[in-house]
Amino acid sequence: MAANSGLAGGFFCPVPVPSKDIVLLGHGSGGRLSAELLRDLILPAFDNPVLGRLDDQAVVSVGGARLAFTTDSFVVQPLFFPGGDIGSLAVNGTVNDLAMGGARPLFLSVAFIIEEGLPMETLRRVVASLREAARRVPVEIVTGDTKVVEKGSGDGIFINTSGIGLVSPGLELSASHARPGDRVLLSGTIGEHGITILAQREGLEFESAIESDCAPLHSLVAAMLAAGGDFRCLRDPTRGGLSSSLNEIAAQSRVGIELDERAIPLREEVRCACEMLGLDPLYVANEGKLIAIVEPAAAEPVLEAMRRHPLGAGAQIIGTVTDEHLGLVTMRTALGTSRIVDMLAGDQLPRIC
Amino acid sequence: MKYLDEYRDARIARALAAEIARKTTRHWVLMEICGGQTHTLMRYGIDELLPGEIEMVHGPGCPVCVTPLETIDKAIEIASRPGTTLVSYGDMLRVPGSRTDLFRVKASGGDIRVAYSPMESVKVARENPDRQVVFFAVGFETTAPANAMAVWQARREGLKNFSMLVSHVLVPPAIRTLLSSPRNRVQGFIAPGHVCTVVGYRDYEDLVRDFRVPMVVGGFEPIDLLEAISMLVGQLEEGRAEVENQYVRSVSYEGNLPAQRIMAEVFDVCDRKWRGVGSIGASGYCLRPEYAEYDADRIFGLEQVTAEEPAECISAEVLQGLKKPFECSAFGTGCTPQMPLGAPMVSAEGACAAYYQYRRHAAAVTEER
Repeated sequence: MAANSGLAGGFFCPVPVPSKDIVLLGHGSGGRLSAELLRDLILPAFDNPVLGRLDDQAVVSVGGARLAFTTDSFVVQPLFFPGGDIGSLAVNGTVNDLAMGGARPLFLSVAFIIEEGLPMETLRRVVASLREAARRVPVEIVTGDTKVVEKGSGDGIFINTSGIGLVSPGLELSASHARPGDRVLLSGTIGEHGITILAQREGLEFESAIESDCAPLHSLVAAMLAAGGDFRCLRDPTRGGLSSSLNEIAAQSRVGIELDERAIPLREEVRCACEMLGLDPLYVANEGKLIAIVEPAAAEPVLEAMRRHPLGAGAQIIGTVTDEHLGLVTMRTALGTSRIVDMLAGDQLPRIC
Repeated sequence: MKYLDEYRDARIARALAAEIARKTTRHWVLMEICGGQTHTLMRYGIDELLPGEIEMVHGPGCPVCVTPLETIDKAIEIASRPGTTLVSYGDMLRVPGSRTDLFRVKASGGDIRVAYSPMESVKVARENPDRQVVFFAVGFETTAPANAMAVWQARREGLKNFSMLVSHVLVPPAIRTLLSSPRNRVQGFIAPGHVCTVVGYRDYEDLVRDFRVPMVVGGFEPIDLLEAISMLVGQLEEGRAEVENQYVRSVSYEGNLPAQRIMAEVFDVCDRKWRGVGSIGASGYCLRPEYAEYDADRIFGLEQVTAEEPAECISAEVLQGLKKPFECSAFGTGCTPQMPLGAPMVSAEGACAAYYQYRRHAAAVTEER
């Protein structure tokens, strides 16, 4: 028997494992590992001021017009899920990245990487969904590409979309523009997309159906901008959830952000699912929600404008930008205490958008 | 959520905090055993609600954290072999072994799957008869019944391609070790509610008798913990040392008898090494001889695998409540959840990771971003 040998004697710890030599799933999570990959490998390679802004889209001036330009790849499994599919996600995701720059979406490209053996009917459904989603925005799909890879080299179908949009003169939105005193607005309940995907993947069933919130946000943005006031930043909290987006804003603007836990809207079903699965909804992906950072005086008028729009009916003011704890997001809990809302190192859920 | 929101009610929390402050006349050091409880304390900032005289220190009850290095190495070895599938609880994947972790084995082509229940691994074995399927069975008494059930089921079905890498640990021997240390400072314990749901709290009566230290079986919500702390302070202030049960909605004296039967059917008590603590006698479960053919250690010839853990961090002091995570010079700089130096930083339920994730602003630890 070796009782009591440990506590009175020496204590031992493992040596950390560096994660610099191979790519891990966590590098695609939108969390800390993704940020490191950007910082250490991507940004140094392509160093330029537009890319360096690290916004969801590049805004460039061309012949007097201000164009927003963005790209995104979609690798979701399952391909079809309640509330959407990889096709609608590929349109709305890129439309939303344009909209977060304040841009009116104009044109999209679509590129498919298809694994051989994919049923033609599946491809037909995906294409039909892309067409329908683009029609609704409306945005035109004006160019594209198709590649087929060997069985086992893909996962059914991957889609890349790029988009171009037009930004109004004078509108300057960036994650580096938040200032102390600004208010943080959220357009509705969080976590529905991520929980929908997880439930589908794991075969979990809930008493009432949870659907992905997948939706194009450009018309909500237009309604908000029409309310007037000074907008600092818009973000759609996709992979990595609300927490990752707010952490990025706090870091890039060198400010603190304090959230009010009680103000963050959450559907009961999502809350229960997260409780059961041991997940924090603050880190779960959304595909039809946005965060707005606005000057204090604009908060109420913008909130009202959001609530009048169907995609912003559940909007709330969820926090304030501060000059404390710079670079950190903190939360006033329901108990009145304060805690950090950290950025995760890697995945909470693997590959959801 | 009904039956849960009541235990997060701010008004009740403040009333309990006021009650604790009224009762407290001197400094008391209390330990919550379970990592889940540590996580709640940090996440809800319950330490901010407590009077300054109450010092909470954080116990070794994080199964991911205390799984020994050599067991992680064994799992990595199994997952690296062709024709094998390792099924694991998700949190184990990023625990560093001697040279690598399971995430990286997965990235290099190892077949590693995350499951919410060990029964899923039996299903994987059934559906993949050409693969050796191994479940990585870690945890305290809480996860033991389900893990036992998986082995029992595999034997009933006559599965020849299923086995289990067992690294179960038991709570009472760890508390006994802690209380036996000459450096012990802990004066009262919040016993782990989920563990006691399974095994009851008879064993904790022995500890109370042998060491004259009060124990309260506690739950995992903010109100549970505040109530348990209030009960502990009550005992200490009145000079009592008993086992009390705060978590009555889940825990009975006897525990869950059918669960205990399946555990006894499949598992024997054995010595077990704890990461960051060392070897503790009769502090774990291993498979009974009748189930030896399901023992991954034996099937894969891994009994001799050992790993020396280099002394780098102060997890010993943290796990004994001698030091706070903040007091470690590596905290938040050389040691983060992403690059853990020691056991308590490994899992979200470890004390250092919980401090890092939720409380580091309180200690004015600034981080270079």
